[in-house]
Amino acid sequence: MMSMYVNCSIAEAKNLADYKGVFILGEQRDGKIQAVTFELLTWGRGIADTLGCELSCVLLGDNIEKMDEVILRGADKVFFIQDPVFKNFLPQPYSNAITRLVNEEKPEIIISGATTTGRTVMPLVAAKTNTGLTADCTELTIDPETKLLLQTRPAIGGNIMATIKTPSSRPQMATVRPRSAKQSDIDTTRIGEIIVKKYQGPTIKTVEKFLEFIIDTTQAVSIEEADIIIAGGKGMKNAAGFKLVEELAELMGAAVGATRDAVELGWATYPHQVGLSGKTVSPKLIIALGIAGKIQFLAGMQTSDVIVAINKDPEAQIFKVADFGIVGDVFDVVPMLIEAVKQMKAKVKA
Amino acid sequence: MRIIVLVKQVPGTDSVKLDPITGVMVRTGKDTIINPLDENALAEAIRIKSTYPDVTITVVSMGPPSAMKAVKEAIAMGADDGVLVSGREFAGSDTIATAKVIAAGIKKTGTFDLILCGERATDGETGQTAAMIAHYLNVPAQTYVSALEILADGVIVKRTVESGFERVQVPFPVLVSVNKDISDTGFPTLSGKLRAKKVEVPMWANAELGFDKSELGLTGSPTRVVKIFSPKLSRDTIMVKANGTMKPIDQLMSFLVHKDVV
Repeated sequence: MMSMYVNCSIAEAKNLADYKGVFILGEQRDGKIQAVTFELLTWGRGIADTLGCELSCVLLGDNIEKMDEVILRGADKVFFIQDPVFKNFLPQPYSNAITRLVNEEKPEIIISGATTTGRTVMPLVAAKTNTGLTADCTELTIDPETKLLLQTRPAIGGNIMATIKTPSSRPQMATVRPRSAKQSDIDTTRIGEIIVKKYQGPTIKTVEKFLEFIIDTTQAVSIEEADIIIAGGKGMKNAAGFKLVEELAELMGAAVGATRDAVELGWATYPHQVGLSGKTVSPKLIIALGIAGKIQFLAGMQTSDVIVAINKDPEAQIFKVADFGIVGDVFDVVPMLIEAVKQMKAKVKA
Repeated sequence: MRIIVLVKQVPGTDSVKLDPITGVMVRTGKDTIINPLDENALAEAIRIKSTYPDVTITVVSMGPPSAMKAVKEAIAMGADDGVLVSGREFAGSDTIATAKVIAAGIKKTGTFDLILCGERATDGETGQTAAMIAHYLNVPAQTYVSALEILADGVIVKRTVESGFERVQVPFPVLVSVNKDISDTGFPTLSGKLRAKKVEVPMWANAELGFDKSELGLTGSPTRVVKIFSPKLSRDTIMVKANGTMKPIDQLMSFLVHKDVV
């Protein structure tokens, strides 16, 4: 049924064969290239090698440090779009400049992180170039026959996976969930080219005015980027009880996660909320403390690699998605776990 | 000042259970709700209206005819009027095709200063329609906003981003997508419910919006769903009981070491 329809308006406007190469959209803050860029290089390199084409990294900024690292980690080209207006992220000039570069270079595929920046600028670029965009993918592959990008994403809170393609418009665009790939390694023998683009005129004009960036010290490790998350729920009883979650997190170098209940009770702030109305996370390890496991919470974390749950109710829903469950009172078990982690760390040091 | 609030009707999650064997979400009821983050956006609009009495709030929604319930509920909570964009010809639209239609619906309601909506819906979870709508209306988009300051000629937004907050100033008209921190959600009031009964909410199909058919639904959507499948969610859970000794803890620690996650 689906294949009966041909999108004439899109197909006629673009000669698909003109589009070649893979773009990833790197990110910087204060001129420092962000880790998500190196994850995107892993995605991009794999796809570019499968297609046998070039991989380019797009960076926007005023001054950016260590751009050659992007080449050592896998890019063939870096397009550095340079202007003071790009020092901080602003949707209007960023989307205008990227669109201009896309129209000039005609990449076949563009991938960005499903970060606040990627999820804002990519829809704008997709709309400006009249092409498709798939959000928050966890898997990207190339169809061996059609060479189309197959974009797989969790839907309905991770309960269904959908594979999506963009058959007749270009570029094919996707955002990928942070941490869904490892950072690419440095290969000091790699060579590539850094191309500086300086756009003038309406491309860099904007009504948006960046005022300031305020660091959130409670997000020392943000939950979307963390390898380990220690999450607490209503079972932590009160703000003082929730401190146990923070203590274990600090000890393990982990981020603090919280259920909606815990946030609404004021034990943690909203940037820590995991679930349907908070953040979707998939760390290597999540330890759920005193969390019953409402569907809204599970939807935000059930794709994590390893899930550990500690709860006194053996029937708690959280155990259904856990790899390891301890049935017991968090106020008995967690202090013992803290001791065990301390001992392990002491052993490693010695 | 005229504020547009975008609301999407989504399946309620309270009646959703996890199938214990397959781990798949099972909808046990037919209940629908206003997308929770859109409720936060609506609450913020109502808060602005309580400070600036010349504000009017128009709710715009796109969905099946049954989404009228969501529009009426939003009016009962404090919006002045609303529109539902609904038609079979829109079915199967991806985010691009949806955004074009919603933008046309907004335009047809008249000029506006501010559009507020949730940063994503709990069903599709793409979070990309809002920015696309802004593009089709040719207005700037600010996303992930947790606080809003109204100025004489625009807004200052506080965006919640990775590792902190950004403050950005933008003139009207502007689209702002919000997260939960923007405002506590409200409740329908008695007078609001009475007004919702009286207010006529028009339902606009493509006859009213006038798109070429090739721009709508599946035909107007650049993306195609190739397949849908259920991920394996149920895990082989190792369960141990706390017994006051270090033994369960040691078991957990060696499990974590074995899994190479600590």
